[in-house]
Amino acid sequence: MKLLTHNLLSSHVRGVGPRGFPLRLQATEVRINPVEFNPEFVARMIPKVEWAALLEAADTVRTLPHARARPEWGGGRGRSHRRPGSLARVGMPRGDLGLCPQLHLVEVPKEPIEGYEHDEKFLRKMHHVLLEVDVLEGTLQCPESGRLFPISRGIPNMLLSDEETET
Amino acid sequence: MAFRGKRPEHGGPPELFYDKNEARKYVRNSRMIDVQTQMTGRALELLCLPEGQPCYLLDIGCGSGLSGDYLSDEGHYWVGIDISPAMLDAALDRDTEGDLLLGDMGQGIPFKPGTFDGCISISAVQWLCNANKKSDIPAKRLYCFFSSLYSVLVRGARAVLQLYPENSEQLELITIQATKAGFTGGVVVDFPNSAKAKKFYLCLFSGPSTFLPKALTETTDEEEATESAFTSERTSMGPALRCSGNGCYSNGERPSVAGIMLEIV
Repeated sequence: MKLLTHNLLSSHVRGVGPRGFPLRLQATEVRINPVEFNPEFVARMIPKVEWAALLEAADTVRTLPHARARPEWGGGRGRSHRRPGSLARVGMPRGDLGLCPQLHLVEVPKEPIEGYEHDEKFLRKMHHVLLEVDVLEGTLQCPESGRLFPISRGIPNMLLSDEETET
Repeated sequence: MAFRGKRPEHGGPPELFYDKNEARKYVRNSRMIDVQTQMTGRALELLCLPEGQPCYLLDIGCGSGLSGDYLSDEGHYWVGIDISPAMLDAALDRDTEGDLLLGDMGQGIPFKPGTFDGCISISAVQWLCNANKKSDIPAKRLYCFFSSLYSVLVRGARAVLQLYPENSEQLELITIQATKAGFTGGVVVDFPNSAKAKKFYLCLFSGPSTFLPKALTETTDEEEATESAFTSERTSMGPALRCSGNGCYSNGERPSVAGIMLEIV
């Protein structure tokens, strides 16, 4: 689960409504995935970002031992090798990662800066935080109901029980 | 896909139907992959996204990530939701680029308002029409799905949902709930005269009403009768489905299509 996704997820437990955001993130395993930088996309997502929630999530993952994709594998989710013009890359096999203890995330900007749409340095930092940090194991907690949604293999389980469903 | 036997929806819930064996077909069976890919392409076409712009999209019933891969290839970013752990496992093995969620669309879409630039769904929404538990009321689950979908879309964004309605009553049930949730739009029926090729795309708009795209047909230079099995009387409560085979949606030109477009009015 990317931090961008976390920043947009909201609890749909019955009765919580707008108080279901942001979900509190606890992470036990995180991986850094190189993702192709698309400044236009990053710039378009900036207005949607809830900054306080992003800073909190980044703090949570910051000091975890980060699994990092090894450069010789090309890294990233395996499909970039199919794109024309990109380097021939092999998809990174899951489960075989080098752990780098105490790897710190690139510094997260505290807020969007003036003229961010054209500031490549700023956009690259945001790209890294939003799209390249992948939470593999952890939980998401609804701030209103306290309900925990587990994250396993990068996939949050958002299934609700009958009692929790809005209908 | 033309089902010669029982419809899968009659046999139980989707999370059981889409088990490891079924998931394997989506990964290995080239014909299945082709059909799913074609439908995704068509849905994306109907979505009418601004040209050249990378968008943030929702894929409902993303399954093994076939449709999501198509979105990635087009330069978009996406989040997929699916109820089947086996299908999501297959998606993990295929290393999809979009994020995946294990979830039930009938429980609502758990995102903030105005998150997505668009939504597609391939062969999934008809599953909401069958009650798999005593507590399931299809109309309520459909409404929950559509109202939350409406909310999570950017104002003016579209959703294109390819589905296999069992009959006209089911299609009407679906469109009525979509309308209640605030959507306008209609159903585009491609190749209506072919049992095998016939495909339904529910095209929903979350903003002001706009034109419905032309449906596809094998014989584009013939004009055929406009009758359809999906018309219904307008009541004081429900919407009518107006059939327009000869189309009132042209930009000044008269389309010579035999495909059927149904507008929710």
